[in-house]
Amino acid sequence: MSNLIHIKAFGMVAEKMGKVSLDLENPGTTEALKNQLFDQFPVLKSMKFSLAVNKKMVLEDSELVSGAEVALLPPFSGG
Amino acid sequence: MNRFDRQYILNGFGIDGQKKLRNASVLMVGAGGLGCPALLYLAAAGVGRIGVIDGDTVNVTNLNRQVLFGEKDLGKNKAEQVVSHFQDKYSDITWEIFQEYLTVQNAQELIADYDLVIDGTDNFATRYLINDACLLHGKPFVFGAIYQHEGQVSVFNLGEKACNYRDVHPEMPGPNEIPNCAETGVLGVLPGIIGNMMALEAIKVLSGYGEPLKNRMLYFNSLTSQTYEVELTPKGLTSGPDSWEVLENTDYQQACGAVKEMTWKEAMGKMNQNVAFVDVRELDELPPLVCTGLMKIPMSVLDSELDKLEDAEQILIFCQSGMRSQKAAQILSETYPDKAIFSIKGGINALKS
Repeated sequence: MSNLIHIKAFGMVAEKMGKVSLDLENPGTTEALKNQLFDQFPVLKSMKFSLAVNKKMVLEDSELVSGAEVALLPPFSGG
Repeated sequence: MNRFDRQYILNGFGIDGQKKLRNASVLMVGAGGLGCPALLYLAAAGVGRIGVIDGDTVNVTNLNRQVLFGEKDLGKNKAEQVVSHFQDKYSDITWEIFQEYLTVQNAQELIADYDLVIDGTDNFATRYLINDACLLHGKPFVFGAIYQHEGQVSVFNLGEKACNYRDVHPEMPGPNEIPNCAETGVLGVLPGIIGNMMALEAIKVLSGYGEPLKNRMLYFNSLTSQTYEVELTPKGLTSGPDSWEVLENTDYQQACGAVKEMTWKEAMGKMNQNVAFVDVRELDELPPLVCTGLMKIPMSVLDSELDKLEDAEQILIFCQSGMRSQKAAQILSETYPDKAIFSIKGGINALKS
């Protein structure tokens, strides 16, 4: 059975990653996912962004289940 | 029949909804890309009293999205120009004009006088200030922001168990971490759409009609026309100031890592021997600026030439548009924390206009 999670990137995070979506092996938790993303995209380390798991904002470390959709949400400032 | 007839006959809105709008007051912070479209519909819908605060003047590059301004408005104050536009259109709205920026000094008094605040600003420092001031006042505010082809909208601090901006982004971003429209570019219609959504949310909150985006953030991508909705959870505790005294002593510019800026006019008045005047553009960028005492230290070599500025008491930095100079000012402030370091607003582009 596949153990993938689906990443959706927004705003400047997508720009820096060079893609708006990405499938990854489930690293288990949101913290582990962040570390994996930082390894793969070091430029993200200096950026602040929030995570939403299955369209729910998650600020503390949380468990990821297979098939979860994780949105990477940086703040926007323009107006 | 009157100008609100089509709202009166709307099932569930009716004369009651209209009365609520008539008796309501809104403070629009920022009359720019989001403020202009939002104001068009708030005024058309009949919000009774509208305050507009903006210290900025109309620039030709604003005209692709700040649709209340035309060529005749260039150089004029934005708050004043939008209000004069509406005064010709409708006679039944009370307008209040504030030709200044929202600051820690004026936020308490200004916001106290309105039922709802709308955040149409273009920088994090003011966004966090609006958030914190509305929390202290217990007032709801409509939030909207854009980044290139994406926008976001929410309603914060509305009623009980309500989220605020710090529940979404607890920490203020650093300088130049997230560029604004001046740097990334923007199709004018995106802030038009997001500004309209903000007006819609404001009307829902004020009239009690429909379901405002409370504890929800809506994202919209103008290139794909897709939306994405995220559910927010209030934390109950906020990392913002817990009193007006603390707020007044918060340096939001500094907290957001923003550097000090000055205009060309102010910069010209400062020229003397203890001031280093630095062009951080690359050497081939046009037009060159020729004046005595000018130092050319391109961004690409700034790190290795920091010692050239050792003797200056003050450092004034400029580039083409005022963005790289902010970054340079940030770098220099870390090397020389005791020097007065300023980035010149708008760069060479501002000097030309």
